Amino acid sequence: MALLTCGAAISGATGEDHTVQPQEVQPIQLLAPDGKLAENEVYGPYIAALSAEELRELYRYMVMERRLDAEATSLQRQGQLALWAPALGQEAAQVGTIAALKTSDMVFPTYREHAMALYRGIAPEELLTMFRATRHTGWDPRQHNFQVYTLVLAAQTLHAAGWAMGINQDLRMGSIPRDRAEDEIVVACIGDGATSQGDVHESMVFASSYELPMLYFIQNNHWAISVPTRTQSRGPLANRALGYGFEGVRVDGNDVLASYAVATKLSAEIRAGKGPKLIESVTYRMGAHTTADDPTKYRSAQELELWEGRDPIRRYRTWLDSTGDADQSYFEQVDAESKDLASDMRKSVLALEPIDLERVFDTVYSEPHRQVEAEKAWLKDYEAGFAEETTSTEAGGTR
Amino acid sequence: MSAIKEMPMAKAITAALRDELAADQRTLLIGEDIGALGGVFRVTDGLQAEFGTHRVIDSPLAESGIIGTSIGMAMRGYRPVAEIQFDGFVFPGFNQITSQLAKMHNRTDGKIKVPVTIRLPYGGHIGSVEHHSESPEALFAHTAGLRIVAPSSPQDAYWMTRQAIVSDDPVIILEPKRRYWLKGKVDTENPAPDAFRAQVLREGTDATIATYGPLVPVALAAAEAARADQRSIEVVDIRSISPLDDETIARSAAKTQRLVVAHEAPTFGGMGGEIAARVAERAHHRLLAPVLRVGGFHMPYPPASQEHRYLPDIDRMLEAVERSFSYQRGV
Repeated sequence: MALLTCGAAISGATGEDHTVQPQEVQPIQLLAPDGKLAENEVYGPYIAALSAEELRELYRYMVMERRLDAEATSLQRQGQLALWAPALGQEAAQVGTIAALKTSDMVFPTYREHAMALYRGIAPEELLTMFRATRHTGWDPRQHNFQVYTLVLAAQTLHAAGWAMGINQDLRMGSIPRDRAEDEIVVACIGDGATSQGDVHESMVFASSYELPMLYFIQNNHWAISVPTRTQSRGPLANRALGYGFEGVRVDGNDVLASYAVATKLSAEIRAGKGPKLIESVTYRMGAHTTADDPTKYRSAQELELWEGRDPIRRYRTWLDSTGDADQSYFEQVDAESKDLASDMRKSVLALEPIDLERVFDTVYSEPHRQVEAEKAWLKDYEAGFAEETTSTEAGGTR
Repeated sequence: MSAIKEMPMAKAITAALRDELAADQRTLLIGEDIGALGGVFRVTDGLQAEFGTHRVIDSPLAESGIIGTSIGMAMRGYRPVAEIQFDGFVFPGFNQITSQLAKMHNRTDGKIKVPVTIRLPYGGHIGSVEHHSESPEALFAHTAGLRIVAPSSPQDAYWMTRQAIVSDDPVIILEPKRRYWLKGKVDTENPAPDAFRAQVLREGTDATIATYGPLVPVALAAAEAARADQRSIEVVDIRSISPLDDETIARSAAKTQRLVVAHEAPTFGGMGGEIAARVAERAHHRLLAPVLRVGGFHMPYPPASQEHRYLPDIDRMLEAVERSFSYQRGV
């Protein structure tokens, strides 16, 4: 019987709620699914300090991301994107966290941090460039302090640790580069699935040993494609931090206010030199893993329904409405803006120019490489041969 | 005071690292046991005492971590020099090297440079246990985005190390560990030839042996031994595996009309095959025999008790040279 239970969990059989952890630790929640804000001595003050404008911005970015996501999904369905990885349902986790950071903090994303990218000023078409496969990446990481997406999962957590080692190095040498801040920290994003990668372990070892200014941001959306979190971990992922000697906090990732408050508190501690911290943001991937996937094959309709009841945007809108900081006309204005974003995005994505293979040759190395140059030259001659053939055929046809 | 000193290869690398650490604040060393111990081969001996624990960094025992954090530091503007303790231990870092380090510049459309140098003590003939004697160069050569060099002398080791560190591209230096204590003159003022070009070390007229790293002294000895048989052998030190200076190798082959390529790595799927194909394309009409390869066998590196039968030596090279003479053209 025990074996059967185990097997069911590992295979991700449908019909049960896979989002219940064996050792449940209540995530920090300020805003309940019904939109009621709870009192909280530790985290409440961070929310009280937000202006009406800042509160509205949290809402606006979540709505923008959700609309972008829907448009990208339809672009993929129409054959205009090679792939899309929806972030539907994870808006609050991402927006709340990135809003708590400074723009000088470097973010190392996976490939689903669309709301965070938008927040950092990356244009929708830049974000979709990789998914349209016109180029490997559409934005300049230095311009937004937001690195390129990483598909070989968790590799970026080590780059983040190295970046953080560089921060400490700058501080020791007293030579903070002009474009960096004294109190800079680094954010390493990962999903629940990627926490099983060995690079996460090595990254946390380095972060802990060298007391790096790092925030690990785990979005536990409960599904690594078709495999439930229970197959990655039998305990809360936040607890992993303890094994490395630093603090991990579990937060309700569908609560944008809790996400903001927890990230603000932890990032301030990291800035104060207290070493790395970890956030496990408990959320739910309401859409598919990517557009190549069919979630009905591995998870139940009841489970999805349960999480739809915890929708991050609906609960925040209910609360925001109740505060009087936003009214009906504001919500309508945001809806209109998001529709514009989607239609503008569609146009700009369809207009994306593909990279030339010559440019791919030119960036394999930053200094000349004999074989690359020879192959580039060969391709040019080879293709020129076709051009001549076409020209002579055309010429022949006119005779 | 003369800048020319006699020293073993290991010390030449130490000198190169010291000179780069002194020349550029952004140069850092990272690796296992490279601090107080000075590395298992003592290549970083004394450097932590001289430059501090924050510039000569003892890392956790984690090769993926060493490479991955080196990438992150390089993204921020540092020039990390990562030591991997032994060739066979590079594989936990293989993903970081091939999917991240090699591709970062390309996938960011040239916006992010990752000037990471990886020092990899490599090759056999040291009588050690398994995973301590491997030659993984073909795996890296097949990966676009990496530069790979293999010094064969203290002079080259000194200058290749310095040139690798100042290069904006990732460079793997294959340090032939069996030659760490090979002594030679090092001129720290006059640079050796470009690290990414091959070099003719000995002129000859009858056949060419092209090789790199640990087998260069073997090839020179084979050429000397062949004199007794009235064979004049040219020796080309390939030096750079990526980019490959096929022009210099093919020129020598066209001149002597016979080419043997030697390396410790297995011949199957190895650099020898790549060189043979390139030389055939450039100099087919000049060759009197097919390009022959001398290398390891298609097996995991054997126990050290058998490595003398596995590794190419003078006799194996001369056998290939003689075989080359046995071919008759146009029959």
